[in-house]
Formats: sequence, C-alpha cells, structure tokens
Amino acid sequence: MSTVLKPPAQQNDSESTGPRRPSNRSSGGSSAKILQPTVMTRIGLVGVIVLSIFPLYWMIVIASRTTSDAAKFPPALLPGGNLGANIERALNDPASRLIDGLVNSIIITGTVTVSVVLISTLAGFAFAKLRFRGARLMMGIVLATMMVPLQHLGLVPLYLIMVELEWLDTYQAAILPFLVNGFGIFLMRQYTLQSVPDELIEAARVDGASTLRIWWQIVLPALRPGMVVLGLLTFMLNWNEFLWPFLVLGTETPTIQMAIRQISIGLYTTDLSMVFTGTLISIIPIAILFVIFGRQIVSGIMEGSTKQ
Amino acid sequence: MTTALAQRPAPSRPGWRERLHKFDIKGVPYFLVAPFFLLFAAFGLFPMGYTVYASLHEWSTRSPEKTFVGLDNYQFLLFEYDRFLNSVVNTLGMFVLATVPQLIVALLVANALNKRMRARLTWRMLVLVPIVTSVVAVGVIFARLWGQEYGMINGFLGVFGVENIDWRASRFGSWLAVSSMVDWRWMGYNALILLAAMQTIPKQLYEAAALDGASPRQQFWQITIPQIKPVIIFITFMSSVGGMMLFVEPMMFDSGRFGGGTDGQFQTTSMVLIDLLRTHGNYGMSSAAGWLLFIVILAVAGTSYLIVNRLQGNK
Repeated sequence: MSTVLKPPAQQNDSESTGPRRPSNRSSGGSSAKILQPTVMTRIGLVGVIVLSIFPLYWMIVIASRTTSDAAKFPPALLPGGNLGANIERALNDPASRLIDGLVNSIIITGTVTVSVVLISTLAGFAFAKLRFRGARLMMGIVLATMMVPLQHLGLVPLYLIMVELEWLDTYQAAILPFLVNGFGIFLMRQYTLQSVPDELIEAARVDGASTLRIWWQIVLPALRPGMVVLGLLTFMLNWNEFLWPFLVLGTETPTIQMAIRQISIGLYTTDLSMVFTGTLISIIPIAILFVIFGRQIVSGIMEGSTKQ
Repeated sequence: MTTALAQRPAPSRPGWRERLHKFDIKGVPYFLVAPFFLLFAAFGLFPMGYTVYASLHEWSTRSPEKTFVGLDNYQFLLFEYDRFLNSVVNTLGMFVLATVPQLIVALLVANALNKRMRARLTWRMLVLVPIVTSVVAVGVIFARLWGQEYGMINGFLGVFGVENIDWRASRFGSWLAVSSMVDWRWMGYNALILLAAMQTIPKQLYEAAALDGASPRQQFWQITIPQIKPVIIFITFMSSVGGMMLFVEPMMFDSGRFGGGTDGQFQTTSMVLIDLLRTHGNYGMSSAAGWLLFIVILAVAGTSYLIVNRLQGNK
C-alpha cells in the first residue's frame, strides 16, 4: 500500500478524507485511529450480544407466563406476571426434585470447589517456589491432565470402580473424580510466581519458619485473589456438570442439572412454563456469582489462557 | 519473625532439629503435591489402564464373568455395529458446524472488544453470559427454539413463507440445531481468550504498519492473526477435544434420550458409549468405544492443528 498521502495526524475525519478504497472503513493513519471502533463494529458487537442474551431473556419471559402463552405466534416477548406463582409451583410439584437438586448440587459443588482450591494452592506453591527432584516431570504430568479429558476417557472403569466400592448414589462418587484438576494447579502456580517474591520466602526461612508455615502465613494471604478466581471457575464448571453425576447418582439423589432433565422429560410438551421456570432456578446461583464477581471471572478466563 | 538470625540451630547440634529441617526442605514438597497425584493415580491413571483391560473382555451385566475376547469388541464396533461409525460421522459434522463459524465470530468479537471503548468490563461480561448457562439449560431452551410446531425459528422462517421444518428429522437440520447450542455457549468464552492474546501484541507493530499504509483489514490479517496464532491453535485443540465428546446438547435435543433421533441422525459417539454402558450394561464394549473415541479425538485434534497452521501460513 502506498496511498497514504497525508500525514496521519491530520486525518481526524477518516471516513471522507484520503484517496482510498471504499472498503476501508476507518483510517489507516495512526494507531489511535485503528483502535477507534467504527459504527459497523459497534453494531456488529451489539448484534452478537443481543443474540447472546436473547435465549435467556426469552426463558425469563416464558417462565413468567402461562404455558398457553408459550405456544402463541407471534411469540410473547415481554415478561408476564406469573413468575412467583410458577416458581412456587416448580418447587412444590411432587414430580420435581428441584429443591433436592439444589441442595445436592450445593453440597457436591461446594466440596469440590473448596478441595480443588486447597489442593491447588498447596501444589501450586510447591511447583512455583520449592526445589525438589522430579518437579519438572510432575508439572508436565499436571499439564498433560489439563489436555486429556480423564473423567470421560476413564468413564467406564471409573463407573465400575464406584460399583465395586458400592459408592453409587453417594456424594463421594460424584465428588472425588473432579478433585483431579490440573488447571487449578497451573493457575495457582502462576499466581504464586507473580505475587510471592522469593525474598519474602528466603527471609522467612532465615527466621526459621517451616515450609508449611510459609505457605500458611505468606503464600495464602498473597494468593487470596487467585483463590477467588479459581474457586469461581471451579464452582461454575462443576455446577454445570451433567454426565458424571448422572451416571453415578440415581434419580433419588439428583443434582440440579439432573432435576432439570427430569422435569423437561416429564413436562416438556404439557407445561413449558414450569420447565423454563425450573431452568431459570438452576441458573440463579451462578447468575448471582456472575453479577457479583464478574470482574474476577473475566480476568480469570483471560489470565488463565495467555500464560499457556 | 524479626531478628532471628541468631536463633538458627547451631551446627554443633546436629540433633532432631537438623533432621527436621532437612525433611522440611527435601520431604515436605512431596507432601504438598501428593494429594493431586494420589487422586490422579486413583481416578485418572488407574481407570485409563483398566479401560484397556476391560475393552479386551466380554463383560456385561448379563455375563458378569469376564471372558477374554481379544479385539472382538473393537471389531464389532468398527465393522458390525452401524451406529458407531454413524455416530463418528455425526460428531465430526457437528464439530465442524459448531467450531468454524464460532471461531470466526469469536475473532471478530475479540477484535471489536480490543478497540477503545467505555465500560469495557460490561461489554466483556455481556459477551460471557452464555457460558454461565448450564448445558442442560441451553438444551432445554434451544430445543424449544428449534421446535417444529411452536419453535421461534420456524416462526421466523414462516414470515418468509417457509413451511414448518422438522429440524430433528433430517441429518443436516439436527446438526445445525445442536451446533447452534455449542456455538452460542462457547463463542464469548473463546472471544475473551482471543482478546487476552490480542492485548499482548505490541502497539508499535500496528503503528509501524499504519505508517506503511496498511489498512485495518490488512493489519488484522497480517499482524493480529499471526501474532495470536498459538492461542488460536490452543482454542482449536480444546474445541476439538470438547466437540468430539459432545453429549448433553444432542441428548437434550432428543428429550433426554441417547438415541439421537429416530435413526440416530444426531447420535454422537459419547451417546453411543453411554447407551452401551447405561442401557445395555455392556462394560467391555463401552470401554472399547471409549478408547476408539479417544483415538478419534487425537486424530481430529491433530488434523485441526495442521489445518489451522496451514491456513495462516497462506494469508
């Protein structure tokens, strides 16, 4: 390209100046210009976001209306006044196990989250700051587990192990396999490298502090923001997990996701607003976390990726 | 912990404190990483090895005595049980439909989010909303959107005079519907990862290109894309692994069943595996299916790696 005739600083009104092809929507002049969103960019982005949110919005619309409204065309696009009644119905219906599902999911997901964060901070600290033989090889194994979907590859024997141990329908069957979380260790190792200076650890050692004490008094406080991020990501991932709990837990111990599947099989054709209300209820805990901790979730996803 | 230098154990006392200290330095690290590796051995490594063993045996709820049958299970799946290869084709088809448009849109969205704008966190959170929704919820909602009678998509097409389409009946129609769930749920997540990568590109590269007269489009193709190539490869790899294990979306699209429609037109390999395990109680066969699926995943991940590598070389 050799069509830049004017110095970039003068091209304040990029749309009309300069002899350039019509396909160039914004100025090629300065980097400030490049980073300026064009109208097309904004419209496109808003369009994508509307599409991203519409299905959830529509779920709320149906959940707040009667089932007969759901079958109308043109479709209802504004929420109705039945949300409270629908929620009550969904929670109390004898066929629905929503409350059981919520309780079970909170127990399972909560235990997994706390354990993963604990295991990951311990191991992440060791890999980041301690020297021991085999550390590199071990870290390699950790990274490999991030790539291979263990819970799915070993699904059948894992299931058989649970049968042998007579653990079907128990919490530990749903919890234990998900404590193997290479990503957590990787993330906490990164956070430890970033936020715990070597000098601090050296100084503590000189003062005679043991390794565990260093972990407790120096590393843990410094890692708190990282622990929040890891905890949130782990909670979200496990709250939404379906397949493994579905295999090892029976219909008597449903997680919230299993409860939704059950309702939707039973009532899909007859009572859509109740199915959608149940679905809405299943999302609420995560939605609350997302609203409160949005910043941490966004940064966790973005930071976890660039460091690979 | 102030002036403790003097309190260090003196070398003249090589007693238990010395040994404790040595253990603290040499031994404790292993204890810190032990929980992960014990769990990994029990719930990762052991089951994987055991899958090999189980896959070589005839073993099911009906014949609980394990009989060694060599590769019979694999042979049956590959050459006699039509549903297996059918499911591999379905999974591949839905993977392509779900990944290609998603990556393109994610790239554009990431590029847009990389511009200077106000309320950046809000934009990012809005893009991320779908991934917060559980797969089961997505399945429930989208199954309705793609419904034949009251589905909104048919309603929309009806405005243009298109007859109601039974999306579940045809192969391509069902693939499209199932892929739309994956697209919708993962696009924003991948866009944020791409955005993170874009932000690490030095600004000077763009300034230099701008001075040379490169248009924004040229800059996007010749600076942005090559610079974030490793992350694009990473995303493609993870999408292949996730996409080839597709299970919940097609299951919810078929009202929670594992058959994938009347003729298995959208039955994925994971659904075949779960069907063998749960409905038929056939442990040996489902183990073999698990390994075959793993090999397919490796092949697909490797192939998409090669393709992405090539594509960018040409641009």
